[in-house]
Amino acid sequence: MSCVTKFFSALGTVVALVTLSGCWERPPIDSYQRGFRGTAMVELNNPRDVAKQVVANGVPDALPAVPDGGPPASTVYKNVQVLGGVSVGEFTRTMVSITNWVAPNEGCNYCHKAGEGFEADTLYTKVVARKMLQMTQAINVDNKAHVGATGVTCYTCHRGQHIPANIWFTPPPAKSASKMTGGDGLQNKASKEVALMSLPADGLTPFLSQSMDIRVAGTNALPMRGEARNTHTIKQAEWTYSLMVHMSESLGVNCTYCHNTQSFGNWNTSTPQRVTAWHGIRMARSLNNDYMEPLTPVFPDSRKGAGGDVAKVGCSTCHAGAYKPLFGAQMAKDFPALTNKTPAPEATAKPKKVAALK
Amino acid sequence: MSMLSFERKYRVRGGTLLGGDLFDFWVGPFYVGFFGVTTIFFTVVGTMLILWGASQGPTWNIWQINIAPPDLKYGLALAPLKEGGLWQIITVCAIGAFVSWALREVEICRKLGMGLHVPVAFSFAIGAYVTLVVIRPVLMGAWGHGFPYGILSHLDWVSNTGYQYLHFHYNPAHMLAITFFFGTCLALSLHGALILSSTNPAKGEPVKTAEHENTFFRDAIGYSIGTLGVHRLGLFLALSAVFWSAVCIVISGPFWTRGWPEWWGWWLNLPVWK
Repeated sequence: MSCVTKFFSALGTVVALVTLSGCWERPPIDSYQRGFRGTAMVELNNPRDVAKQVVANGVPDALPAVPDGGPPASTVYKNVQVLGGVSVGEFTRTMVSITNWVAPNEGCNYCHKAGEGFEADTLYTKVVARKMLQMTQAINVDNKAHVGATGVTCYTCHRGQHIPANIWFTPPPAKSASKMTGGDGLQNKASKEVALMSLPADGLTPFLSQSMDIRVAGTNALPMRGEARNTHTIKQAEWTYSLMVHMSESLGVNCTYCHNTQSFGNWNTSTPQRVTAWHGIRMARSLNNDYMEPLTPVFPDSRKGAGGDVAKVGCSTCHAGAYKPLFGAQMAKDFPALTNKTPAPEATAKPKKVAALK
Repeated sequence: MSMLSFERKYRVRGGTLLGGDLFDFWVGPFYVGFFGVTTIFFTVVGTMLILWGASQGPTWNIWQINIAPPDLKYGLALAPLKEGGLWQIITVCAIGAFVSWALREVEICRKLGMGLHVPVAFSFAIGAYVTLVVIRPVLMGAWGHGFPYGILSHLDWVSNTGYQYLHFHYNPAHMLAITFFFGTCLALSLHGALILSSTNPAKGEPVKTAEHENTFFRDAIGYSIGTLGVHRLGLFLALSAVFWSAVCIVISGPFWTRGWPEWWGWWLNLPVWK
């Protein structure tokens, strides 16, 4: 065999391996126009993949509705801090639903220690669950700019698991940071967090836990001097890119879902979804700082990250690869206890209602 | 009319592909031929349509004139003239003009009794254009996937198309195409520097020959590809660049809808280290 023949058979083998290894898709594909014609603002989907995704994102049937009325839960059960104002029937239905969504195998005993009263806060899971109820209500009531009328339930994230599949932790600082080489910024790790790019693998801590500048592009065409100069660094641009890739991967969309890349920062040429996403970033940051971080002492070490931090919420936590979580299934509307803040009635009203129940 | 020495050989009857002797004549120094006529026809019609399209648009700013393809909703059908239909007709004219020019080159090659290297090379460029505005849109099911005709608008298209795949530099065929483009530039700069040096010697020295050129590169990098070989190399590098450019865009969409970085999962999943 001549050199040329050998070379081309070797090349052919590599090409054949790559081709046959299932790393390609095929027509027909679905495409959705997102901007003026000819701008290439287009979403691409493989309909075969989407069909599988839709099945995987199916929602369980809601438990049958209970009749309206009935005394508030706080008059029947003790230590009901969040759902005290919900009627006891709806309260029970919500509790059973939560069990189905979060601990279908363990049942009530996942949060309520067997042999103790329901009011006991013995298990950490119950303390966490209470905070999560408050968080769910905050999402549905205070963050309509992001979740709209669809809202969320525990199932949006948990999907039958104790811990939602798509959570994140802040990685502990790299050891090399203490040496002369400096930190590697967690780059070049082939991390799925950044879709296998060479970007910093932790693009979430700076933006969804801290609140660093996401916008790094200058507002002038030419470099400016003095006060007006753009002080953002390439490193910051890479973090921003990491966050944006996280959002793309979480929603199963590409950059043009929100941006005309002619100018990423320009709102006039962006799509309306960018506004929803802007609110989503603020929502995720608030959920992490107001609801997850305060739970740090509550969680056992086994539930924490390598750096001892609490599990945190990102876009994929709810979205899980869909442009709307569960492809926009209207699930929360069947659970008024989760879509309204329902504190217990005034303490003065309590004895009266207890008496009425007797 | 005066003739250059080689034109005596060039200005011979015959060698036409179509039209026989009908268009086998010259206008001044220019050979016409059947395909010269079709080239002029498509060029004039296409250019006039672009000008008319510009007159219907919001600007005469040369940078901002934009003839955009149809909305995706028209699929592979004809669109109304002012909603992308113009783009469709101009595309037909462009392909007609490019292909006519290539075939005219073939006729001239036949008159000269030389190989078809020039039209073959040009057909790679035509192939890249046809890939962009015909093959890929057909595979994706809508003419709207073609690029718009405008200086800035086509650049916006390139940018957004790249970001449809999160990071286009991870497209393996794009990597090859870029490498070949840079390789072409490197080879051309080495070759050009060599020729300019040997043909512009210091004052009082004779012009250098191919032996000097070979000796220089044998000294510098241990190998000289030779005077004929460097042109074969140049052709290979340039055509490879264009070929892989066409491949890199035709696989983006029809054969891959996600981010290009993720395509490299096959590498991480090789059984050797998985």
